[in-house]
Amino acid sequence: MSTAPVANTNGKQATSAGKPSKGTRVVGWADERLGLATAAKKNLRKVFPDHWSFMLGEIALWSFVVLLLTGVFLTLWFRPSMAEVEYMGTYEQLRGLHMSEAFVSTMNISFDVRGGLLMRQMHHWAAMLFIASMLVHMMRVFLTGAFRKPREVNWVIGGVLILLGILEGFSGYSLPDDLLSGTGMRIAQGLVQATPVLGTYMSFFMFGGEFPGDAVISRLYMVHILLLPALILALIAAHMLLLVYHKHTQWPGPGRTEENVVGYPMLPVYMAKAGGFFFIVFGFSAFMGGLMTINPVWKYGPYDPTKVTAGSQPDWYMGIAEGTLRIMPGIESHFLGVTLSWNILIPGMIAPIALLATVLAWPFLEAWVTGDKREHHLLQRPRNAPTRTAFLVAMMSLYGLLWIGGGNDVLAVLFHLNLNHITWFLRAAIFIIPPLVFIFVKRWCISLQRHDNEMLLHGYETGIIMRSAEGGYSERHLPVSDDRAYTITARDRDEIYDPATDVDANGVAAPGGRATALREKLSQAMFADNVQKPTAEELEEGHHHAEHEHELEAGLDHAADGHQFDGRHPVEGEELRKH
Amino acid sequence: MTDQTDNLPVEEPIANPGLPEHHWRPTDVDPAAERRAERQVASFFLLSVVCAVLFIVAYFTIEPGDTFMHMGAMNVALGSSLGFALLFIGIGVIQWARKLMGDHEISELRHPASSSEEDRAATIAALQQGLEESGLGRRPLVRNTMLLAMGVVGLPLIVGLRDLGPLPGKKLERTVWKKGTRIVNDVTGRWIRPTDLEIGQLVNAEPEGLVHPPDAEHLAGLEKRGGEVLEGVDLQVEKAKSAVIIVRMEPKDITDETQNWGHEGILCYSKICTHVGCPIALWEQQTHHLLCPCHQSTFDLGDKGRVVFGPAARALPMLPIEVDEDGYLAARHGFLEPVGPSYWERNSPSYWEKKEKKFFEEEAK
Repeated sequence: MSTAPVANTNGKQATSAGKPSKGTRVVGWADERLGLATAAKKNLRKVFPDHWSFMLGEIALWSFVVLLLTGVFLTLWFRPSMAEVEYMGTYEQLRGLHMSEAFVSTMNISFDVRGGLLMRQMHHWAAMLFIASMLVHMMRVFLTGAFRKPREVNWVIGGVLILLGILEGFSGYSLPDDLLSGTGMRIAQGLVQATPVLGTYMSFFMFGGEFPGDAVISRLYMVHILLLPALILALIAAHMLLLVYHKHTQWPGPGRTEENVVGYPMLPVYMAKAGGFFFIVFGFSAFMGGLMTINPVWKYGPYDPTKVTAGSQPDWYMGIAEGTLRIMPGIESHFLGVTLSWNILIPGMIAPIALLATVLAWPFLEAWVTGDKREHHLLQRPRNAPTRTAFLVAMMSLYGLLWIGGGNDVLAVLFHLNLNHITWFLRAAIFIIPPLVFIFVKRWCISLQRHDNEMLLHGYETGIIMRSAEGGYSERHLPVSDDRAYTITARDRDEIYDPATDVDANGVAAPGGRATALREKLSQAMFADNVQKPTAEELEEGHHHAEHEHELEAGLDHAADGHQFDGRHPVEGEELRKH
Repeated sequence: MTDQTDNLPVEEPIANPGLPEHHWRPTDVDPAAERRAERQVASFFLLSVVCAVLFIVAYFTIEPGDTFMHMGAMNVALGSSLGFALLFIGIGVIQWARKLMGDHEISELRHPASSSEEDRAATIAALQQGLEESGLGRRPLVRNTMLLAMGVVGLPLIVGLRDLGPLPGKKLERTVWKKGTRIVNDVTGRWIRPTDLEIGQLVNAEPEGLVHPPDAEHLAGLEKRGGEVLEGVDLQVEKAKSAVIIVRMEPKDITDETQNWGHEGILCYSKICTHVGCPIALWEQQTHHLLCPCHQSTFDLGDKGRVVFGPAARALPMLPIEVDEDGYLAARHGFLEPVGPSYWERNSPSYWEKKEKKFFEEEAK
């Protein structure tokens, strides 16, 4: 950074003395007008820690940029109109048919605009990638506890971004007005119409009258290319600003603490790596768009409310909504001359809202149970938060089951199963399997914690089998390196909430009551079974014990370190290896 | 956390060993390796240039109809050349960063997310002073009327959206079907005679006027009965409500109550699913079940369209039909209940059953 004196805008001359270099001149010119150097000096060399999992959010960011670029291309030809026209383009099978202008312009982009199909397919693939990477990124953040203070707000922004991304995807999917998207639209209309009290009004105002009307495509177009992208862009900006302000989380390790951040500077290393990665994401989208067909609307044909194809499937991210809708039993309530459609309300409104609320509330819920008010910048290994990890994996199993539900017809055909049996199985399985998965994963995490402690206390398994003089076999353990041992132990001990000790600064005990009792119970459930890292004393004792054992077993005057058996060091009395 | 063992808290077993030593890469110490890496990076950039040029060549030389291994040649060529052109830039830049840019890990101190105590106190003081000076607390009349005005000014914005669409009224209860409307095949647009249907056959049908009349006779018949040929939005809206299916079954497979609605085993049902409105399409002849391909609601066509499986909560509405004086299938009455998915204002099934009963009683007279 230039250390030129502060600009004096009252002077008659530029403040830089001497003959500055070209770069300095440019910076000077800009800074005298924008005054960005103060902020830039801190941020240009900002440190970012390195780990492969930190790249997932980057995929989401870059695929959004690809979406903006390819989307602008598509808007040049797409016509968001439901006016009926005759198709006269190059695709013979549909020529002469009447269809909406939106579908005709989609056909023209696919067949008559050179590179149009590529851009359409890139746009669709990038959208799949965008939502998928956001979800995986969110799981990474969840599993490692990166949502903890001070990052709760950024977690909420991320959750809203996923919701907006899904809505953006669905609105874009509906624009071509093909048979498949029209069917999706019809289902969405059925969901809206089932809303208690306001449903029919909402549907009539959305569609400009009865379904399908002639307004919804142009309205969705505005939502798809203006409203939602603007919101997404604004939230991405806020997400990134907070990321920069909080500085990135990092994995614990030698020299990495809660107070520092260790990694490479943004300029030049991360600028290059992230910038290069943009081209990689862009390139992959181009490959997918060029080599993998997606949404071949010409095969589906234009939308006709009386037609549907068997095996209709929405885009993958709608799969769980589709699955819930399919496996829900047909329950309706009737009273006072009105109808309440639980069969649509639960899958279409209650379940998604409950899911979103759980996701957004989790950081606050966890913080309330732990009572932890500290900032956390070191990530947790998933095994060290067994309840949280088990919860996520249980949710993943639920996601998978609902996904199966969304494709129950396809699976029935593929595996020669009875469709009704699949549905009945799923109706029970979504209540039985996630709890089983939860228990299993929680125990798994805890045994991994035990394994870590074993390794610290008794060393790692070398794979060297020793035979003692008596003929017994045992495996040799060697101590792990200091760096590794430190990394494993660099985690907090879990504290179980005890209302009896919860006394504030004035010595007043926490009020009893249901909330406190619930908090105690949750705290017990979340942390009581966890295995804590060994104390310094235990570690010391473990090491002495291990060394003692080595001596006894190996008959050596010092603990075996494995080198004796690596084939390059002679071993006394050992003859076989010489031949 | 601390770096000294002496100061370790009792429960911390191991002291932080500190940042590991930096290791030089081959490109840092070997000029030959460095030059090699430089050449690699430059080669990637040049390859990207080649691919970008290939993209332009493909754009102008490949005919839109050409195929390559059953795929559109243009799309494959443009996609791969653009993909490689972008990928090579990305690989080149990342290789540059990995091999040639400095790789010293540096450590930066974090700051707490919160501002300093003084800053916070100053902010709170400023807020309080602002609040004081505005008199927001002392002048409840001003405050409350302002809040009222701000709330009410939102109403014009909401009211302004009123013209997004017409009010629902009873529109969802009505279709184009009425007494005498003939049923036409949804492909040919021709009227249907009972003899056109074999036992076990299912035909997708519409009320006349929704399919373009195939000849002058059909058009004249339609107009005689007061119908008209629908086009554009009206056609789409009506199709989403009025589409039906005609099925002919062995009379013994049909319940007595269901028989009343049809003619010699020919029955007419709404094609719009009572779940969320997909057109129902899959006919299982053996079990006389009709399956919705969207969410697999299954209806028994032998028993008044009863739901036998799936998420639908209500039976498929039936259209009462007869054979008119010219021997064609026609409606005896419009639908006796709203077709399609449920909605809040839709009355309970028992309400509609009463209406049906009344219709059959009047008809019997």
